[in-house]
Amino acid sequence: MSVQTTARTTSLEHAARDRRRHNPITWVQRGGLTTLIFLLPLLLIFGVFSWTPIVEAVVMSFQKTNLVTAPVFVGWDNFVAVFEDPVFWIAVRNTGYFAGLALLFGYPIPLVAAVLMSEVRRMKGLYSVLAYLPVVIPPVVSVLLWKIFYDASPTGVFNTILGWFGIPPQPWIQDAATAMPSLVLEATWAGAGGTIIIYLAALTSVAPDLYDAAEVDGASIWGKIWHVTLPQLRGILFITLILQIIATAQVFLQPFLFTGGGPVDSTMTILLLIYQYAFTQSLGGAYGQATALSLMLAVFLAILSVVYFRLTARWSDN
Amino acid sequence: MERQLTTAAPAQLPREDLVERKPGRRARRVVQDDADRGILSAADWRRPHVRVVGTLLTVLLGACLLVVGLAPVLWLLKSAVTPTQDTLMHPLALFPGGVAWSNLAKAWNDVQIGNYFFNTIWMAAGEWAVQLLVATTGGFALSVLRPKYGGIISGLVLATLFVPAVVLLVPLYLTVLHPPLIGHSLINTFWAVWLPAGASAFNVLLVMRFFDSLPREVFEAAKTDGAGTFRLFWSVVLPMSKPILGVVSVFAINAAWADFLWPNLVLKDIGIQPLSVRLPQIQSSTDLGVYLAALAIATLIPVVIFLLFQRTFLRGGGLGGAVKG
Repeated sequence: MSVQTTARTTSLEHAARDRRRHNPITWVQRGGLTTLIFLLPLLLIFGVFSWTPIVEAVVMSFQKTNLVTAPVFVGWDNFVAVFEDPVFWIAVRNTGYFAGLALLFGYPIPLVAAVLMSEVRRMKGLYSVLAYLPVVIPPVVSVLLWKIFYDASPTGVFNTILGWFGIPPQPWIQDAATAMPSLVLEATWAGAGGTIIIYLAALTSVAPDLYDAAEVDGASIWGKIWHVTLPQLRGILFITLILQIIATAQVFLQPFLFTGGGPVDSTMTILLLIYQYAFTQSLGGAYGQATALSLMLAVFLAILSVVYFRLTARWSDN
Repeated sequence: MERQLTTAAPAQLPREDLVERKPGRRARRVVQDDADRGILSAADWRRPHVRVVGTLLTVLLGACLLVVGLAPVLWLLKSAVTPTQDTLMHPLALFPGGVAWSNLAKAWNDVQIGNYFFNTIWMAAGEWAVQLLVATTGGFALSVLRPKYGGIISGLVLATLFVPAVVLLVPLYLTVLHPPLIGHSLINTFWAVWLPAGASAFNVLLVMRFFDSLPREVFEAAKTDGAGTFRLFWSVVLPMSKPILGVVSVFAINAAWADFLWPNLVLKDIGIQPLSVRLPQIQSSTDLGVYLAALAIATLIPVVIFLLFQRTFLRGGGLGGAVKG
């Protein structure tokens, strides 16, 4: 009996000492393994489908890969090849044009709409639903539907409407000059609702006291908008601006489905070019070039964001 | 992929909305609307010209929203049941040559939209399940169990938010082509869209933020009552998290329905393609009326989901679909 008891106490002492130390058994006993089991889906999915591909993107941009033979390290060749491609410069210009036009159309409209909508006194919810409806239509369906609207014949939907006002039929996406603005118009239509909802949320958080105070100081309605509403929205306006630039720099769906980059490369964008490098039959398999270009775009956007936030932080201080 | 292009800071999500949304919210909102004011004060509204101009602008804005937001959808619905010739010759006339209900049946059966419709549902369901699994288990481990190395993992998850999806495009494609461990390509299987969808940092952070806000005393009490970790997860944390799970679900399903670029790359087999991939391909070979019926069918589910869960979309919703262009 006594022998057994001492044996048990010593094993307990051992266990206690072990618990103070770190070893796999105590780790399991304390639930370390359970925690890891819960983390497993996240680690596996992010590891395989996010973290590894990000690292691979950097590696691949310095390699020549054709999926058959082993990848060869080629230094900056892929980047040089991109810069020497005349289409690259067209794509950069077009993407800039798209982003610029999207800002021109798409940046002020949601703000004006949201400010007006926030003052609507009846059926406010209905206004929001109507504004957000284009956002929930699947993007592919929106583009395909607008492609029908853009029918260049005189009996096309938009051309019929123009006809009511005596305006001659437009070529829309058929012509190099009007193609890009047409794409931007659809993109603005499809995206404005989301921005309006963000602004509406920001507008409800403006403290009513500020308006009261402005009125005491004798501010007019315009004065209240200029001196209270807009300054209060400044933070969110800065954020939506950079987010919009980042999103439009990666425009793909509209040029891909509307025009395929045409007519005569007038809607060729950077993402479309990446897609063509990697996946189109004629150019296909230039994976190194594709990742090099996507990496350059990512780095450019990162630098742009950092510079932008530095600048806006300074303006916000003043 | 598309969805990742437009992630916004989750910090913008008004969290209290997620927690306290239950009965009586409509009544409360009305009271609030009366209590807090906008740019125009009650005094402003009493001034005659403000009242006239304000009302005019309100009506004008409503008309614009009807034309811009609703009219294209209504046109699509109308044209889906209009004979092709009428749509071609008089696109804006209302049924000049009668109604062609047959368009819908033709689209569903002859063009096999029904097939692609169910493919889309299957794709969305799988993406939803994977996203929910990863976000809830991962969020639970990082926010409730809090291992020592949790900070590093949260950081790594957060970091992926700042990498534009385009960087992943090619390497992710090659990963799916030659996945580790499995040994055969995932191309042309639904796993190729389901699994990468799970790597959504946005979901994980959203769920983590919610789990962080749950009272830790409840967890302690559950442990004292003898609940193990799995029990804690399944019977305590998940039931408390219905609001955020609803948000993640709605976004997951909607994003899956909207996704184009990625499924277009990895689902090459016509038999398993979703609507978004198939619709652009059938355009040239399909009668316009039937094609419009197909587009209308593809729009149905997202619009119905939106109308059912308006509040989720409009409160937290600006985040996902925001600033697309």
